[in-house]
Parts: sequence; structure tokens; C-alpha cells
Amino acid sequence: MPGRMKQAADLRARQAGDRLHRFHGGLSLPHNKAVSCGVPLERAPLPGELFIPLLQQSGREAEPTVNAGDTVLKGETIGRFRHLGRGCVHAPTSGTVTGVVLHPISHASGEEGRCVVIRPDGRDQWKDLQPIGDWQQTDPEALRERIRNSGIVGLGGAMFPTGFKLREAQRRGIHTLILNGSECEPYISCDETLMREQPESIVLGARILQRAVGAKRTIIAIEDQMGAVRNALETAIEGAGDSTIRVVRVMPVYPEGGEKQLIRVLTGLEVPSGGRPSDLGLLCQNVATATAAARAVVEGKPLVERVVTVTGPGVRRPRNLLAAIGTPISVLVEQCGGYTPDAARLVLGGPMMGFPLGSDANPVTKAANCVLVLTEKEIRDKRPEMPCIRCGDCARACPAQLLPQQLHRFVRADAWDDAGGAGLADCIECGCCDLVCPSHIPLANWFRYGKSRLRERALERHRADQARQRFEAREARQERIRLERKQRIATKKAALHDDAAKKAQIAEAVERARKKQEHTP
Amino acid sequence: MTRHFETGNAPHLVPQNTVAAVMRQVLYALAPGVAVHAWFFGPGILLQIALASLFALGLEALMLMARRKPLKPFLGDCSAVLTAVLFALCIPPLAPWWIALVAMVFSIVVAKHLYGGLGDNLFNPAMVGYVVVLVSFPQILSAWPQAATGALDTLAAVFLGRAPGTDGWDAVTGATVLDTVRNGLAAGQEMEQIRLSPAFGRFAGQGWEWIALAYAAGGAWLLWRRVIGWQVPAGLLAAVAVFSAAGWLLDPAQNPSPLFDLLSGAVILGAFFIATDPVSGCTSDRGRLLFGAGVGILTLVIRRWGGYPDGIAFAVLLMNLSAPLIDRFTRPRIFGHD
Amino acid sequence: MVTAILSIAVLGTLLGLGLGWVARRFRVESDPVVDQIDAILPQTQCGQCNYPGCRPYAEAIAAGEAPINQCPPGGEAGIRALADLLAVEAPPLNPENGAESAPTFALIDEEACIGCTLCIQACPVDAIIGAAKLMHTVIESECTGCDLCLPPCPVDCIEMVERKPVAGEWPWPRPAGEAGA
Repeated sequence: MPGRMKQAADLRARQAGDRLHRFHGGLSLPHNKAVSCGVPLERAPLPGELFIPLLQQSGREAEPTVNAGDTVLKGETIGRFRHLGRGCVHAPTSGTVTGVVLHPISHASGEEGRCVVIRPDGRDQWKDLQPIGDWQQTDPEALRERIRNSGIVGLGGAMFPTGFKLREAQRRGIHTLILNGSECEPYISCDETLMREQPESIVLGARILQRAVGAKRTIIAIEDQMGAVRNALETAIEGAGDSTIRVVRVMPVYPEGGEKQLIRVLTGLEVPSGGRPSDLGLLCQNVATATAAARAVVEGKPLVERVVTVTGPGVRRPRNLLAAIGTPISVLVEQCGGYTPDAARLVLGGPMMGFPLGSDANPVTKAANCVLVLTEKEIRDKRPEMPCIRCGDCARACPAQLLPQQLHRFVRADAWDDAGGAGLADCIECGCCDLVCPSHIPLANWFRYGKSRLRERALERHRADQARQRFEAREARQERIRLERKQRIATKKAALHDDAAKKAQIAEAVERARKKQEHTP
Repeated sequence: MTRHFETGNAPHLVPQNTVAAVMRQVLYALAPGVAVHAWFFGPGILLQIALASLFALGLEALMLMARRKPLKPFLGDCSAVLTAVLFALCIPPLAPWWIALVAMVFSIVVAKHLYGGLGDNLFNPAMVGYVVVLVSFPQILSAWPQAATGALDTLAAVFLGRAPGTDGWDAVTGATVLDTVRNGLAAGQEMEQIRLSPAFGRFAGQGWEWIALAYAAGGAWLLWRRVIGWQVPAGLLAAVAVFSAAGWLLDPAQNPSPLFDLLSGAVILGAFFIATDPVSGCTSDRGRLLFGAGVGILTLVIRRWGGYPDGIAFAVLLMNLSAPLIDRFTRPRIFGHD
Repeated sequence: MVTAILSIAVLGTLLGLGLGWVARRFRVESDPVVDQIDAILPQTQCGQCNYPGCRPYAEAIAAGEAPINQCPPGGEAGIRALADLLAVEAPPLNPENGAESAPTFALIDEEACIGCTLCIQACPVDAIIGAAKLMHTVIESECTGCDLCLPPCPVDCIEMVERKPVAGEWPWPRPAGEAGA
């Protein structure tokens, strides 16, 4: 990018939120949020047993640090990552560890993973907490350290470790923090509830995060129709007396809550393909992540609970619940009056991007923003898939400006180079193309499969390249050793030969001398 | 108590649209045009639609069975019926019944199923069928009735080949207004004289101008319902208007007016219903604009200098050929790429 | 007659020159075919193809000495890629070279290892570390799963373990094809 354009882009990034922009495609979906949002936040009861998955962030499972029979206090570490700086897992309540078992872990794969099982003792007693009182004087490094050690991950669903993200952002230098409160998927209202009920802790979280990464200002992005939320947040901002934080209302178009789309709306700029918001000097965090950060710093409490929306036409009394991580979903649904008779599908997340769960034994994870129960009427019917008629509706709906109909052909034909070239990796899996497709082709599913294959291929290629390098290095080394050995022998032989020649010379000389002597009378 | 659920993939909502719904809405949008057609030229058009649909569905079923595909979803998608209707709208209402049969064999069997069926056909099936009969039986395809024909006369004409009235075919049929203009100009007449022909109506062909306006109304409804995009009609109509106006302004005596060009022949039908066929056209928005413009220009080229009075069908087929190339060069920029 | 022959000859010469010039002017530089073949091969360096590594096999294919269906780790997909590159038919994998299997890595039973260094010498990618009379271990991420360390081990303490995808790499299953078409 030429210098002047870069400057202009930087200026626009710094003016984020002053003017709103549009992004290509997207859909206006029915909100269906009122059903769960009208009821005040409630605390879910502690179950007889908590199943805390050791897979609580993108990447690998943590290693358990407790054994069966151990007693733990609330907030104590029960799982740790081998690689430093990648957070950990904490006990959501006090009680006894009954074991580390294989159990469903609320993962898209539907497979089981290791879970620490805790039987609560009912006292819910915290460990010795160490709050950072004067966070405004604390070194940003120490704030980041605290957030990292509190097991905080992106609560919007990506489960990316926040500590890692903050360190990256601080290193690359950012000027604006964006708190994402525009949950654009239908039905989900956990962030809206949190912003309405605990606006102070969100504003506090914003200020702490701002200090932790050295940002100059914060934008809290909420949806246009969240009027009550706006008032609550603005009152809280006034109360905190912080003029660097502002609330911006954006039009609710799905998938505006996506990081790249939200940045586009706020700045008119696009995060470069394969890049990150920090390329534009921005950092995006979910509002719930901000409250978790505030709690970790000023109260010293690690992340052990979250707000979960339990909703959908398959639930009798939809509402938002504050649930301990590891609580089985069946307990949450029970709290909401149970299933209606026609409940047909259990989804973790929203109807557009959430994944189905095989049973309600799956526990609440840090990423579990919504438990959605749909009835037969709402879920896609089993009418057969028809061939693509190239109508182009998918391309018009695609927020990544891809051509899904073409991508789909490539993916289906396993033409991975073509698919990669057509931008498969830029697909955000939002499902817009899928929903508008008149032929009912499960496009999003094909793209999830395709992206997974692309990653696999990249990994394979990386491995192959490494193996080739190591093989070639080994060959070169062996060749070198062979040569060296040859050389050594040659030198020795030469030396030996030299010796022989010298001996011969000497012998000759001796002989000559002897002959001389003989001739000398 | 653990409850188990069936799984399925996101998005979990019911899709908003179906292929059959798209095709059906296009059919509904054709209704006003068909009604006006029947008003001016009698029920022949309805008979031709029924015949062509019957043949199309029968052949579609045969081909689906031959290709071992399920019948229900593919017969129910209305695509064969739409092909049949679009074809029937292009031929004279008193054409013999076997014309539709021959055309549908080429439309459904050759152009559609031999190319891979719905979604894979390179050419617009209705236009393939029409062009085959147009070049094979030019006399029959240019015998347009001058006035409305009764129901019984229509049946007799279509199935027995008997001309209505007592004076034979020449008495009841005549050239279309496009033929008239073409022959008149070729004979050295000026537009002023040609306009006096009885084939002329207010702006374009007698009766035809109103049929075209009815199609335009249906097209507007499709645009409003977002069944079709504005790109193809806009590109096509704009290209016709601009190029026609250029000739007309240069030499009004030798060139018909843009209004005439727009409202005669199958330009309106083509702009909203034929060139908008998604399968054989372009997919990107810019590509569709180019595609429409290409059809418009080629149509006028054929009208002015080609061997046929109207050129929509040929123009559409020629542009079908170039659609993949246009798509290749009009790929949108991907989000986050330079 | 003569004019015709002459004009065709002149035309042919001119066009030929033009084509020649274009071919030079717009030549697409591409990797030598050996490199392209080597890029497709999985770099397991297992020798199941009867060549001492992937590169030698690639050279043999390029020289036309070896068929393209002798690489079990590359599998059917690899054969197809090679067939595409070389514009030949894709034959099925030659069963004499082995069967396609899930990716594995070697695991040394560290209790049983006597530290003989034989496996270290056998490993084509230096993925085993250890020293004489000291226990050896495999760098999991570098192991290609070639099995070459198995035969030399005197105490049979090496086992091939299936490489399980970690959560982030969990492969999304291929959707079922459409029912209608």
C-alpha cells in the first residue's frame, strides 16, 4: 500500500465509530431475542456433579493438576497448559474431585474429551483471592499477566485465549479497543442481558483492557434496538467519568457481530485477508470478556461462570442464566421449565452458526453463549438437495464477497488449489449463503469441511517440507562425513607414503654413505 | 435424566427459498402477457403452452428415468414447464402440434439432459428448441395470424393443419411488423411509408406492443419480488435503446425508433424472462450487466444486418457461450483482498 | 501455382517466427519436473517405493524408470496428483509396495530402551534423539511414521501409534452428496 493510502486508512481507523459504513451481503433475520431477554438474569443451581472439560480454549486440552479424592476451593487451578502463557482451567466451586473422565465436552466434533468431575460441597467457598485494588497504577504487564492466569478466553465463542491476544495487541500497538456487544444471531441475548444488568463492570472492564493494551479509546458497539442497554451503559460511563469510552449503535444485519464485519461497519476498512484487527490498530473483544477481565483484576476471581441464554421454542420459559462452567445443560433447561413436547434439536450457540449437541449431558463451557432448543418446525426440512441453478443469491448474501456457488463446485470436486485460490480460507462460515440457497445445498457445511481440509493440507505440506529439509540435511551430513573420512584416509596414506619416500631417501643416503666409506681407503 | 437429540448442521433455520418457488413465480409473472396475447390472437397460445408443457414433462420424466434420477423433486421444480411456456410464447399460435414436440425434444433431451440436467445446461433450453424449429421450418414459424382465431378453428389448425376461414393460410396470416420493416427497408422504402402498414400499431406491432407492455409489468413484479436481479434487464434494454437511438438519430428514414425496437419482437420477453435464466447466464452482478448488454447489441445486429427479422434467441445462445468467460473476468474482489 | 506455394511458404515462415518469438518472450518459468514430483510426494522417506527416499523416487519417476503407484503414504490422492502433473492415467496403488494407512508416529517404550543407537542411525529425518547407552526418544512432530526404526531395534521397544488430530485440527467430515442429483 502506498504511504498516502496507508495514512488515510490509519486516519479512518482512528475515527472508528464516527460514521457508520455498510458491508456487502448479510441478512436481516428475525431477532427472537425478546423471548429470553424480558426476564431478569438468574443464577443456575449447582448440579450434583460438574463436568469441567479440559478443552476450554482453541488448541489442545489442558493437563489436569488434580486427582480423584482431592478437595478444591472455588477458583483453584485444576488444569494447566504445558505451553506457558496460555491460561488454565479453574474449579467453578468448592468440593471434591471425583475423577478425570471421558465425557461429552460440548465440542462441534461431538466427540468426548477429558473432564475434571467435581462434586460440590455446597459451601461455594473461594480460594484466597488477591484483588488488584489500584489497577490504574498497576503496570499493564501485570494486568495482562493476571488476565492470562485467570483462564479468560474470548467469550463470544472463539475461545481464543485473551491473554495471548492482549499481548499480541500490545506488541503491535493499537489505538482503539472495540467491545463487541452486537450479538447479531437470532435468539441469543446473553450479552444484552449482561450489558443491561452489569453495565458498570463492562465499563470497568473496558478501562482495564484499555490500560492493559495501551489503547487510547474504547467503542462499545451495540445493536440499534437495544435502547435500554444504551442508557445503562451511558449512565455507567458517566459514573466512571471516563470520556474515552463511547457507545455506538449499529444496524442489526447478520453477521454484523463478526469481528471483520463490525470493523468494516465502524471504520469502512477491511481487515486484510489472513491478517488481524491489530493490522489496523484495533482490538476486538466481546463485552462478556471485558466483565471477566474486570472481575479477574479487581476481585481476583478467575473465570468460572458465564451468562448463558437458554431459549428457543423448545424451552418452556426461556431466560438468561448465570451458570458455573461444567454445569450439564440438562440442569439449565430444567431451571427454565424443561422442554416442550415438540423439542427436536439442541444447539449450542445461535441458529446460524451454532453446532448441534447429541445430548443435554454436555456441560456449559466458556464458549457456551446460548443453548437453543428448536422444534421440528424451525429446523431445516429434509427435502432433497437440488442441483445449483447458479442464481447467485449466495454471492449476493456473502459478507466475505465470495462466490459460494463456485467454491462449492471446487470443494465438492476436491479441487483444493482452485478452492484456495477462490478464497475458501476467507469464508467466515456465517451460513448466509446456505440459508438463501433455493436448491438447499448445505453450503456452509461444505465450506466447513473444505476449510478443515485446507488446514490439514497446509499442515501436511508443512510437515513434508520439514521432513524434506531434515532428510536433505541428513544426507548432506552423511555425505560430508563420508568425504571427511575419505580425506582423512587420503592424508594419512599420503603421510604414510611420504614416510616411505623419506625412508627410502634415508636408506639411499645411508647406502651412499656406506659406499663412499667403502671406496674410501 | 439425559435426553438425546438428533443432530444436523448449521444453519438450523428453514431455507428461505426453493427452486420450484423461483420457477413458479416466473410462471405467474408471465400470466398477464399470456392473457393479452390470447386477447389479441385467440386461445392458440394457451393450446401451444399446454402442448409444449405436456411434451416437456413427458420427455423430462423419460430422461430422468433414463438417468436414474428421482422423478418427484425434478418434475416438481417447474423448470421443464417454464422452458415449455417460454418456447410456446415465441411461436405462432396456430403452428401445428408437432412443432412443439420437435422443439421440446431438442430443449429437454438435447439442451438440458444431455448436458447434465438442471443446473448444468450450457444453453438456454427454450431458445435451443425455438432456434431448431425456426431454422428447420421457417415458413411455419413466420406465419403469424393477423387477428384472433376462435377455439374450434384453433384446434383444427393445430391438429389438422386446416386454415381458419375459407381462403387458405395466406388469407389469415401475414408478416410480423419486424418482417414488414425489414422487407420495406430492403425494398428501398422509408420508415414513414412502412409505418402505414396495417401491421403497425401505436408504437410498434399491432397488438404486440400491448403484449410487450404486459410482459414488462410481469417483469417489474419479478424485480420487486427480487426473483430476478435488475442487471440483465437493465443491460439488455439499455443496450437496445442506446444503439437503436444512435441509428435513429443519424437517419430516421432508414432506422426504426428506439421505442419500436424495444416493444417489438421478443425484446421485453427476453429482457425479463429469457436472458434472466440463471443457469445459462452469468452469475456475478457485473457479469449479468454485460451479459444483458451483449444480448441487446447482438439482437439489434441481427435485426439490422442478420438473416432473421428478430434475434433474441440467437443473441441469447451466443451470449450463453460467452457467459463463462464473462464470469471469469468479473469475479468480485474478496473481502480483505486488495 | 507457384504464387500459392510461395505465399503459403512465406506465411508459414512468418507465423513460425512469430510463434517462436512469442514462445520465448512469454515463456512460463516452471520448476524442473523432479522438483514438482518431489513436492507431491509425502516426504515420509520410508523407502516403501524401493528407492532410498522421496527425492530418488522422484528422480526415477522423472526419468521414466519408475511407475507412479509405488508410494503408499501418498495414497490414491498422491497418485492422482502425480497423474495430473504428468498427464498419464492414474493406476491403483501397487500392493507390493504396501497399503495406504492412517498417519502414524513412532513411540519408544523408554523403560525398555537399552540405548543402542541403532534406531537413530536408521531414522531418515533425524527425529530420534539420544546417545549411546542412554534412553532414546522420538520427536513426535518430526516423525514421518516411516517404520524404518522398527527392524533394527534389538529389544522391539518401538511402537507405531496413530496420529490423532488435536481439537483445532479435528477434520470436519465430508457432507453426504445430494439425494436429488
